Amino acid sequence: MNIFLKIVFVLLGLFIVLNWGLIMTGIIRKIMARAGMRRGIKVYQPYINLIKNYSIRSQLTHGVMFYLGPVFRLSGGVGIFLFMPLIFGSDYWSNFSFTGDLILISYFMFFGMLGMALGAGEGGHPYSGIGISRGLAQFTAIEVPFSLAVIALAIQYHTLSISEIVAAQQGGIMHWTLFTNPLATIAAMLSFLGAMGHSPFNVVMAPQENPIGPPTEYHGTFLGVLQTNRAILHVVEAVLYMNLFFGGAGNWGVLILKSFLIYFWAVFVGMVFPRFRVDQSIPWLLKIPLVFGILAIVLLMIK
Amino acid sequence: MSDKQQNQEDKFLAPENRKHTVIGPEGEEIHVDPLNDYFCQDLPKVEAPYKGVLEKFLNWARSESLWVLAYGTGCGSIELPPLFSPRFDAYRFGVMMRPTPRQSGVLIISGYLAVKTLKRVIRSYEQMQNPKYVIALGSCTINGGMYWDSYNTINRLDHYLPVDVYIAGCMPRPEAILSGFNKLKERIKSGNAEGANEYVENLEWYRTNQKKVIKDWNMPPYNW
Repeated sequence: MNIFLKIVFVLLGLFIVLNWGLIMTGIIRKIMARAGMRRGIKVYQPYINLIKNYSIRSQLTHGVMFYLGPVFRLSGGVGIFLFMPLIFGSDYWSNFSFTGDLILISYFMFFGMLGMALGAGEGGHPYSGIGISRGLAQFTAIEVPFSLAVIALAIQYHTLSISEIVAAQQGGIMHWTLFTNPLATIAAMLSFLGAMGHSPFNVVMAPQENPIGPPTEYHGTFLGVLQTNRAILHVVEAVLYMNLFFGGAGNWGVLILKSFLIYFWAVFVGMVFPRFRVDQSIPWLLKIPLVFGILAIVLLMIK
Repeated sequence: MSDKQQNQEDKFLAPENRKHTVIGPEGEEIHVDPLNDYFCQDLPKVEAPYKGVLEKFLNWARSESLWVLAYGTGCGSIELPPLFSPRFDAYRFGVMMRPTPRQSGVLIISGYLAVKTLKRVIRSYEQMQNPKYVIALGSCTINGGMYWDSYNTINRLDHYLPVDVYIAGCMPRPEAILSGFNKLKERIKSGNAEGANEYVENLEWYRTNQKKVIKDWNMPPYNW
């Protein structure tokens, strides 16, 4: 396909994903409010917050890295998007996916966190530092079961290309990794809880005791960039899990439905369970999901 | 600033803020003036609003997304948590609590303001970014209320900070606070809520008033 046409479709895809991310955030906040017997925010409130943050008049900086922190975070989110095949079997919506995209995407998932750590560290606020050390420690523990699940998939499908993993799952619901490799799916979905930053794994942002983690010093446009990234990141990470474990999507409707349900899994657990302290969450992640991940690999090796 | 005021500030300067000399690792002497060296000395500037439809649109967005600094000064702060309970549910109006002054746009002075607290309020207010709004809650912020002759509370808040909306009462119920938020929204939408710029324009007057009551100032020219 013509490279210019490709770029146009990538930008269009990014626009759709961003808007779906913002609307999904609104819908989820509304559902959470209804669960708490409140009317809750307007569904389009995330848009208003974004406009307001981009229109703050005065802003101050703590140095170059402080500027680059949100930029790195955004490039982490957009980086995952760029290499993620969105719609199975479509040349237009497969972005820049290639043979080893799964490795690159796993790297981009950590890249944003590291950039943010550097930027927020220069902010100099002690709460930022506490939030960063907690965030990086917890995210390392989240990556381990996810990596094990990815390795299990690589053994199962003999590939590290997301498109080929999705192709291998076509032909009915029983071909999904969810049913062909349930242990890897469990390990990944438990680590997904941590990656989404909802309770029980939201001690990084912990608004009551540690206001409010890494973005303490970020305001105005900086915060707007972080919010934009979060909207993109929530959708693309849900799409990644959809591609790996739930058979991918054949059209945008299926993508929106599946990404919503996958994201809702983290929200549902968050509504039911209280928050872990960081010294509880890391051992938990390194016990239960890790064991499932190792079992998934061992069983595949025995076969 | 008068000499008398300057002398008074020097007198109450905290030990860690006094000029001192530090011996470096190789025996060199480093002279430190903490208030000059550790803090930004710049004063804020007036940030002129845009004109026409764009500013109206932005003001609409600002009014529909009021992020309140989670900070209570007096007894009125007990009326704030119920706002976010199912019964009153301020989220409906786009009101949200933020735990850091950098991200918040609304400061609620919830009741009497002791001189000691006033200093913290000034620091928090100056760390917030333009545009920012102040809601004064309860009679104590209007004329001192039942504390009007107290030795360590201030009487009129708008001598110290530019106030956008007063909510009278002792104490105002959460419904009154919600109505105050709606008044603030109207004010923002009409384009009159330029308290942040007024504060910058009249900074000298506000500073004089603030330093009259706060003896141990101990702060840089502006708390960025």
